[in-house]
Amino acid sequence: MTNLGGDAGGGRWIRLFGRRKKNADPAARDEYQLMTVRQLMTRKFLRNRMALLSFIALVIIYLSTIFAGFVAPYSARSSDSKLTYSPPMTIRIRDPETGSFHLPFFYPLRGKRNMETFQLEYVEHREKRVPIQFFVKGEPYKALGIIEWDVHLFGSSDPEERLHIMGSDVRGRDLFSRIIFGGQVSLSVGIFGVMITIVVGSVIGTLSGYYGGVFDNVVQRLIETIRSFPQLPLWMALAAAIPPQWPPEWVYAGIVVVLAFINWTGLSREVRGLVLSLKERDYVHAAEASGASTARIVRKHLIPNMASHIIVTATLAVPVTILGESALSFLGIGVRPPMVSWGLLLNDAIKIQNIVLYPWTLFPGLFILVAVIAYNFLGDGLRDMVDPFAR
Amino acid sequence: MRPVNPNGSDTILAIEDLRQYFPIKAGLLQKTVAHVKAVDGVSFTVASGETVGLVGESGSGKTTIGRCIVRLYKPTDGSIHFSMTDGMVDIAQLNRNELQPIRRDIQMLFQDPNSSLNARMRIGDIIAEPLEIHGIGTREERRARVNKLLDQVGLGADMHNRFPHQLSGGQRQRVGVARALSIEPRLVVCDEPVSALDVSVQAQVLNLLADLQQELGLTYIFIAHDLSVVEYISDRVMVMYLGKLMETAPTRKIFERPTHPYTEALLNSIPKRVRGGHRKRFVLTGDIPSPVNPPSGCVFHTRCQYAKDICKTETPALRALPTDPQTQVACHLVEELSLQPYYTADELRNLEADHV
Ligand SMILES: Nc1ncnc2c1ncn2[C@@H]1O[C@H](COP(=O)(O)OP(=O)(O)OP(=O)(O)O)[C@@H](O)[C@H]1O
Ligand code: SF4
Ligand SMILES: [Mg+2]
Repeated sequence: MTNLGGDAGGGRWIRLFGRRKKNADPAARDEYQLMTVRQLMTRKFLRNRMALLSFIALVIIYLSTIFAGFVAPYSARSSDSKLTYSPPMTIRIRDPETGSFHLPFFYPLRGKRNMETFQLEYVEHREKRVPIQFFVKGEPYKALGIIEWDVHLFGSSDPEERLHIMGSDVRGRDLFSRIIFGGQVSLSVGIFGVMITIVVGSVIGTLSGYYGGVFDNVVQRLIETIRSFPQLPLWMALAAAIPPQWPPEWVYAGIVVVLAFINWTGLSREVRGLVLSLKERDYVHAAEASGASTARIVRKHLIPNMASHIIVTATLAVPVTILGESALSFLGIGVRPPMVSWGLLLNDAIKIQNIVLYPWTLFPGLFILVAVIAYNFLGDGLRDMVDPFAR
Repeated sequence: MRPVNPNGSDTILAIEDLRQYFPIKAGLLQKTVAHVKAVDGVSFTVASGETVGLVGESGSGKTTIGRCIVRLYKPTDGSIHFSMTDGMVDIAQLNRNELQPIRRDIQMLFQDPNSSLNARMRIGDIIAEPLEIHGIGTREERRARVNKLLDQVGLGADMHNRFPHQLSGGQRQRVGVARALSIEPRLVVCDEPVSALDVSVQAQVLNLLADLQQELGLTYIFIAHDLSVVEYISDRVMVMYLGKLMETAPTRKIFERPTHPYTEALLNSIPKRVRGGHRKRFVLTGDIPSPVNPPSGCVFHTRCQYAKDICKTETPALRALPTDPQTQVACHLVEELSLQPYYTADELRNLEADHV
């Protein structure tokens, strides 16, 4: 019998998704015979719990950034000069003095200058209990960039007392809100970068695999040249070439292209290898012997058999791209303010004393970490899924 | 169905001095350093309606000949004349567009049904693919045709929406047969169509092929490793070694009176069903030499037990026997050798009795 729940403490509810059964009995084999490829793949994926969890986590993160205006209590730019570098505020349900329970609330922070260190120190203002409200009215924003709205998922019920659940930055801007808005840039760079990677990598890979010859030779040498440079320095060199006078949107597009510039080489090689092997399959020969056009062979036989591999490679390329953007922005050669991105936010933690004094400035790093790890698990899960016949 | 000459006497395919060399490339500039001489000067003809067995060890170039005939390869040299309504056409010289109508007449059946069916396509679409490529019929007509084909190859119409992995090996090969026949070819190159199947299924598929040949008047070029499979299905056998033909003869004659030492060796490698007495067996030793540098003279001389000095220097031509024009042999010593037949005199008598 297989271990139903997987690892001991590991999420009991996940069992719902991954009922595991040994397939030795003939009934199960019959079932296998009757399933379509897609069903087999789905079943395989659902069995990989880490991949499924990661997928759910990514969906949540992406939805939050898509509806950033709603999820974030404040805009990325609204600041409070009285609350610069405020630490994360504690969300409470219990009054520490009386011990009585309440709906979620927080004590606002009041800054006091420490006359020995001249540091601004924050203490909770225990006299005032500010309730935290869901679907609270707050700063107006445009949902999805079009719909005007002012309701936020959660926030302080008192507009005068700001709630910073992950602290604030040097200008008193809410870090959590900035992280959510920064995710729009960081995560979309990954997606757009990989989209370019997929298109360029697949087209070039297919051409050089299918036709070979001089074109293939030239492309392979080019790829070897690009890949002979270490990745990060090459990215940095290319990013540094983006003119500083460009508007932020252009810089963003430039960064996307720079990141894709290296990634396509990997995908292109993978696709080339696949095409080289697939074009020697007898079903391709059968189609050729019947007079199928190259376009038809690519469309009917190559792409359907490569799609899953391409998706896996692409999924695993997204975290690399996210890390690349973060690294460039962290170093100040990526996206520029007023755009926000996780790497740019992490730039606040570039000085060691800031990490010591304001450790919450590392929160953006946590988001990068979660996104990158989730993508890797997802990619691994998809990789298992790609070959549904290997059980 | 197209009219077919019932006595099968007119030539459907005439191959002359066919050569297929694959370049071996090396180095940064991918310069050609040598050639694999996969097929090196092969000539034969195939009569309409007959089944010709093509036999030889692995690497002898059988598949390559098949692929030249269906024009997966453009031959390096030589001609492949195929009979069309307006006479014989040399398909070795045709370009992609000119080939298109001829592709309807020549199809190939592949060895491994696992690799010859696209796992992402439904059985119905796989069988209909040649029809689709040639723009034959509407969607409904093609569907009806596929159902008829499924029935002809002994599969149910419920196979239509299945995927290849949902079928057994034998069923998959039947799908391969249905696909090859979908556009009503006249010539089918069967490349070891049963060697990847279970022994119990092999006979079923061979029977199916034989039945379909009767029904549709097909011509087969039947490739096999092994003379025993070919004995059952072919009228004539061509024995191939290292890109060259060694012997071609009617099937019975091959088994009763082999005239080439290589044929004798192949016959000796078949396990005997009926053993008549004691006899010394000559079994092939060593590997087939590399087709990049084939041996000089007779390519078989490195493994031939009868080889003489002349064999190393002079290449024997494929010649018809003066006594039996149907048999062609490429050996210097045909006249002198008396080779061991597959059947003993007793077995032959039994066989005769069976046949009467
Ligand atoms: N596309 C190719 N490129 C280079 N060499 C090839 C190619 N196809 C076949 N060859 C070589 O040509 C020779 C003949 O191969 P072929 O596949 O025709 O043999 P075969 O008689 O069909 O063997 P088998 O019984 O193993 O199928 C072999 O040495 C093979 O390695
Ligand atoms: S020619 Fe010589 S080497 Fe070749 S088969 Fe005949 S006897 Fe053997
Ligand atoms: Mg072969």
